[in-house]
Amino acid sequence: MAAINRDDVAHLAQLAHIEMSAEELDRMAGELAVIVESVKSVSEAAGDDVPATSHPLPLTNVFREDVVGHTFTAEQALSGAPDAYEGRFKVPAILDEG
Amino acid sequence: MTDSTELIRSSAAALADRLAAREVSAVEVTQAHLDRIAAVDGKIHAFLHVNTDEALAVAAEVDAIRAAGGAAAAELHALAGVPIAVKDLIVTVGQPTTAGSKILEGWHSPYDATVVERLRAAKMPILGKTNLDEFAMGSSTEHSAFGPTHNPWDLDRIPGGSGGGSAAAVAAFEAPLALGTDTGGSIRQPGAVTGTVGVKPTYGGVSRYGAIAMASSLDQIGPVSRTVLDSALLHQVIGGHDPRDSTSLPDPLEDLVAAARTGNVDGMKIGIIKELHGEGYQAGVETRFNESLELLKAAGAEIVEVSCPHFKYALGAYYLIMPSEASSNLAKFDGVRYGLRVLPEDGPMTIERVMAATRAAGFGDEVKRRIILGTYALSAGYYDAYYGSAQKVRTLIQRDFAAAFGKADVLISPTAPTTAFKLGEKLNDPLAMYLNDVATIPANMAGIPGLSLPGGLADEDGLPVGIQLLAPARKDARLYRVGAVLESLLEAQWGGPLLDRAPSLVELVETPVVEPVETLVGTKEAK
Repeated sequence: MAAINRDDVAHLAQLAHIEMSAEELDRMAGELAVIVESVKSVSEAAGDDVPATSHPLPLTNVFREDVVGHTFTAEQALSGAPDAYEGRFKVPAILDEG
Repeated sequence: MTDSTELIRSSAAALADRLAAREVSAVEVTQAHLDRIAAVDGKIHAFLHVNTDEALAVAAEVDAIRAAGGAAAAELHALAGVPIAVKDLIVTVGQPTTAGSKILEGWHSPYDATVVERLRAAKMPILGKTNLDEFAMGSSTEHSAFGPTHNPWDLDRIPGGSGGGSAAAVAAFEAPLALGTDTGGSIRQPGAVTGTVGVKPTYGGVSRYGAIAMASSLDQIGPVSRTVLDSALLHQVIGGHDPRDSTSLPDPLEDLVAAARTGNVDGMKIGIIKELHGEGYQAGVETRFNESLELLKAAGAEIVEVSCPHFKYALGAYYLIMPSEASSNLAKFDGVRYGLRVLPEDGPMTIERVMAATRAAGFGDEVKRRIILGTYALSAGYYDAYYGSAQKVRTLIQRDFAAAFGKADVLISPTAPTTAFKLGEKLNDPLAMYLNDVATIPANMAGIPGLSLPGGLADEDGLPVGIQLLAPARKDARLYRVGAVLESLLEAQWGGPLLDRAPSLVELVETPVVEPVETLVGTKEAK
């Protein structure tokens, strides 16, 4: 498997929506390279015949009755929002029109 | 011993009995713990929030119901009036929930977690919210955005993590009970290094509705206490099916309290996991572990050796699955719906840039590391090699456990490879920090229950050693049955609970000048 480098980290940080300084990218790239190296053996541990486990104790078709359960008022839902306006979340521009 | 000292050192079971007999009031019990928090928590820092008024109000309500007698008094839960602390990853109405993160500083949940609703239904006063590594990511509580918790055995050392606050709170007699969460050992490893008891129930055995998710296929809420019976009592309160958690098991809860009260290992097969002791484990940990085996053997258990050859891949697979799920779960912290919003200093003010600036300022280093690692493991081209392979390892670990439980009723190992290390010692070496969870992670990968109880003090440093018991999925009762026996055999040998040998902390309170101050300064420099 490929090693992780500074450019990878910069790209991943962008995907993950985390702004990072140059110094942070350098440090993170070094640390992640060590971690990725140490988990590499995992890819060689199991053959193709081993099924994947996504859930330790899988349950299937977990449904409930189709009735209205507990719901929050708009006020409750907005109570922790950094900004709200007329009962809605208020966000900065979605698109960069500059 | 003053009355309040006696109250704070009592087990939850003993407090419940005395409350029921009306020898003591719930207000007295709650106030004694609040006083203890006020006296020692400046140095321990187990609590991020203390819930004084509400806790006392609930206690007063319990006292009023008991005083009035009749049906309402008869219907009170056995633990009514016994106070509890709640890990600050679990949401509570009326108190802030921070997850140990700047991104949620001051946030109040509009709803209670199911486990909190159950505590309220049992009328257990909630003393406050306990410290943790940010979003439960860590093994030392040093990744809390609000400063580390200190181990009551030695303030210079870590209390374990991520649930170091809950473990330190019960170890320092600030609370008889606490709730924790365990994704890779965050209940059991803090229990081990603080000389307390912690249980990770079977995956799905306790509702996770209202626990802020880190890794959804691994996370589990569970009890933290000073005795095995107390954990069983609390497990019985919080356990059982919850339709609001789609991973909650529909099975009825076993009688865990009865299991703890009627502990017996005669004729039981207890398996030592070959891969989880020996090399890499501190000598004093190994010695105490072997002593526990001898005690269990003398009590009639048959000790057998089992091998789990794929455990060597468990840590690696965990550090792919956990960050992958965490990166997805933490995507919701976007600076719009709750918590922090930080505006970029210059350039266009778009939502994407606000999100990136908010997450840069709101998340700490360990959270960022795991989000980046998880984003990497899930990216196109790497998914099969990383996340896919790790999920296959999970199958292999489950098969190892299935084979081991074919030979033994329960398995046993040290909970952690070492005793508590110094604050700051592993902060700059993420990999060394991750190795603390090597013995606890396999249980999360397989969804099986695990219990850690104190096994004594290591000879070389005089610090607590944890013994871990593991049982097959849905067989949590076995942990309490065996744990209660081992606890009573060890305490008979020690002449009382292990925590009797912990520093009283009273000297810290009365002369808060000399040593603790140096300790705190040292910690900051180490960072």
